[in-house]
Amino acid sequence: MNDTIQIPARSVGAASSDATAVLGAPPPRTTPKPFSTSLARRHPRRLESLVEKLIFLISLSAILLIFLIFAFVGRESLPVIFGRTDNTRARKPIAVADISHTPRAELALYLGLSETEFATYDVATVQTLVELKAQELAQNSNPDSRMNTTSWRMMFQPYHWFGYNKPEFIWQPVSEVPKYNIVPLIIGSLKATLVALLVSVPFGVGAAIYVSQLANPRWREWIKPAIELLSGIPSVVLGFFALIVMASILQGAFGYASRLNALVAGLALGLAVIPVVFTISEDALSSVPQSYLQAALALGASRQQAAWQVVLPAALPGVFAACVLGFGRAIGETMIVLMASGNATIVSASIFDSCRTLTATIAAELAEVVFGGDHYRILFLLGTLLFAVTFVSNLIGDVVVHRLKTRLEGKG
Amino acid sequence: MSEPIFQIRNLNFWYGKAQALYNVTVPIAPKRTTALIGPSGCGKTTLLRCLNRMNDLIEHAHAEGEVTLHGQDIYAPTVDVVELRKRVGMVFQKSNPFPKSVFDNVAYGLRTQGITKLGVLEDHVERSLRRAALWDEVKDRLDTNALGLSGGQQQRLCIARAIAVEPEVLLMDEPCSALDPIATAKIEELIQDLERFYTMIIVTHNMQQAARVSDFTAFFYLGKLIEFDDTKKIFTNPAMKQTEDYITGRFG
Amino acid sequence: MTLRRKTLDWSGLAFTAGTGAATFMILLMLAIILGNIIWNGAAQMSLRFIFGGTSEGMFDPQRAGIFPMIFGTAALVFLMTIGVVPVGVATAIYLNEYARKQSTLTRVIRAAINNLAGVPSIVFGLFGLGFFVQFVGGGIDRLLFNGHLHYAKPALVWAAATMAALTLPVMIVATEEALRAVPHGLREASLALGATKLETVFKVVLPQALPGILTGAILAIGRGAGEVAPIMFTGVAYYLAHLPKGVTDQFMHLGYHVFVLSTQSPDIERTKPILFGTVLVLLVLTFLLNLSAVLVRARLRAGRVAG
Repeated sequence: MNDTIQIPARSVGAASSDATAVLGAPPPRTTPKPFSTSLARRHPRRLESLVEKLIFLISLSAILLIFLIFAFVGRESLPVIFGRTDNTRARKPIAVADISHTPRAELALYLGLSETEFATYDVATVQTLVELKAQELAQNSNPDSRMNTTSWRMMFQPYHWFGYNKPEFIWQPVSEVPKYNIVPLIIGSLKATLVALLVSVPFGVGAAIYVSQLANPRWREWIKPAIELLSGIPSVVLGFFALIVMASILQGAFGYASRLNALVAGLALGLAVIPVVFTISEDALSSVPQSYLQAALALGASRQQAAWQVVLPAALPGVFAACVLGFGRAIGETMIVLMASGNATIVSASIFDSCRTLTATIAAELAEVVFGGDHYRILFLLGTLLFAVTFVSNLIGDVVVHRLKTRLEGKG
Repeated sequence: MSEPIFQIRNLNFWYGKAQALYNVTVPIAPKRTTALIGPSGCGKTTLLRCLNRMNDLIEHAHAEGEVTLHGQDIYAPTVDVVELRKRVGMVFQKSNPFPKSVFDNVAYGLRTQGITKLGVLEDHVERSLRRAALWDEVKDRLDTNALGLSGGQQQRLCIARAIAVEPEVLLMDEPCSALDPIATAKIEELIQDLERFYTMIIVTHNMQQAARVSDFTAFFYLGKLIEFDDTKKIFTNPAMKQTEDYITGRFG
Repeated sequence: MTLRRKTLDWSGLAFTAGTGAATFMILLMLAIILGNIIWNGAAQMSLRFIFGGTSEGMFDPQRAGIFPMIFGTAALVFLMTIGVVPVGVATAIYLNEYARKQSTLTRVIRAAINNLAGVPSIVFGLFGLGFFVQFVGGGIDRLLFNGHLHYAKPALVWAAATMAALTLPVMIVATEEALRAVPHGLREASLALGATKLETVFKVVLPQALPGILTGAILAIGRGAGEVAPIMFTGVAYYLAHLPKGVTDQFMHLGYHVFVLSTQSPDIERTKPILFGTVLVLLVLTFLLNLSAVLVRARLRAGRVAG
């Protein structure tokens, strides 16, 4: 091809006219010619679109479940939340003769029954119950029995109960005057969770740093699954191990009074939470772009310096999320604390004292409650509280992880 | 002169906000091979994927303009995309046989059309494999996993699979770019044979291949059609300077 | 100028030692727990123990059997799987194959899945009681049995439903991972041949993703076999005279048996062997499940079409 080829000036439009010269003019744009088989949809694919719609509906199940959980657990606790429950036990005693004059709702409340239960009793039974109640009230000299112990104030603030020296936070639902203060339970949950985090965060994050940054890469392949094996141990087994094996050893080592306490439960809880913290932190550390690490190493930093000064800070959001998710897991755990914390509903700052968590309370007491009664509703309230706390902590964890991902992808 | 089987008229295409094709008008001759050439990013693959509406799979991509197959606008709302793809087949740059047996791969398109009789399937499969020049190599291993074939064999299998549904048009997106020269030569030979049965449109960045294999060539640059003509003319005496520059290797 | 290290990097060494020690101690604890259980539980292993029942007493190490617990756990897990696999796979198919990635609905679904994964197991127990046992069970009794008590009580079916809800996120995440791993080229090839989207999903994508889906099911089963809190009020029982015959029966459970023996045994020293034996069986079960999930995943990576 010579360099001085003559290229006549032609526009792009002319090129297409060349095409028409080759192929003949394209047919004028009229109605499309009937083709032997048209491209229009032949048989409507009804079955397929039905199946696809079904798949879509089923995929809404997760949303539906969350909503249902919130609705059904919350529903049972609504009366307590709105302050509609009232268990003032001592009222003017109702004489047997007055039974027919008293509205059913009031009678039910007086006897401490739910309306549905009350409806199942016949007249003779109701009479007997009222008589018994009158006797009970006659013997009662406790001024506290005139108080509604299911109000918000009673659930959160200390109260100086009859027979006690000073105001106390007391959770004692099975008692002449039921006491529903939630504070001991909250403290118990927080104590056990704190011990768990104090154990799991250093060990989990430390191991994550070691495995992702410092150890031989081949070791990573079996250490990771090994630690994940720990997450495969059912929590009831960890609780069993804490109760049967760890408790005695720890008591021997530290010499404290209660064999089962926040320390034992917290340590076992920590074991349960370590895999969560480890896995998410390790993922975060390994996802830090290689370029960061290599830049640090190229500047003469040691692996340890690079890990501590460059990689860990870059992965901090992910590590933080790991801790938040670990917190959520710890505070929601039931079997370990049920078996190893001693279940004493006391308020104490010491981790060597027995404690009772929100989760263990529900598990331990739900079997014995009157369906629809105050105790029942307050247990559901505890459940709602747990749901709310883990919902929020999950939200925080997810938002942070999401931000981390977009940040890394933006720079990566 | 025969009427074009595909007529693309004033086609504009966007990926989101970025425009990839500008007012493209080009006819495709039936039972001939048309090559789409141009440097990377010039829009030739985009145009190819418009012809069987594979671009529909990309979120935020949309087309404006007219693409007619036998006079019917393939972007009309009444058009069944699934039907369109049975008429206009595609072979991809990276061969993608299903992890099934050789037989099941070729029979896949037939089975989705409702053909289930084994005898009928066997006939179709054999015919397709013969046309794809693969029959002799696989006739004894029809039940083995297709992933066990060599790269060139896998690509010919994909061709056999595509022609098994008897399309009118076969779109080929750089079919040889991942293959060695011997396998490439085999496929180029195949393309020239298949011209008897199908209209072929082939995207290639290998100009010599385009020159060897096609009857018509369209040269694209930055989303615009620069020149369209007989292959011989494009490669010996191009009308546009840009075409000549590309062909002589001054850019791209 | 020499490039040899002049002094020992003490701080670096300490850092490595510290983090390495953390790793080592975690693995050590794991080994201690497993070792202790195997050591104390192995003696109790016998055919009679595994296949015998509770007819001769639950607290006598020589006579106690845990077959009803194994059966109950298996029945629970079986029913749970029937519920969770279709729902989980369908959700994952929608999210990965049909949904527009950035739409609000997609994000809400994903948020719901994440939240479901974080709900405490005892709250699932409350949900199972309030929704399945009382609401659904009560509804069925009113509609079909004129109010007679058939379904509105703790039962195998409700415990299984509760566990299905609990393990749903596990199933969805594992299935999505499997679907994502299917190379996009296969979907394109299928569509280009004139197959519809649904056909592509069922004939090309799902078969390719099957090992991953299986992994998800196995992981869900592993979780389901070990959790105790959700079933405490929805169907499990401490002692039953016979095996559950239908889905409305209660059942015995390995994990629950461990809990009961640990906390309510009349003579803890005497029943310790039974306890350790039960724990060992439960652990072997969950570990076999986890191991097979890992193996299936490894085989998946080895023998499939590469990206």
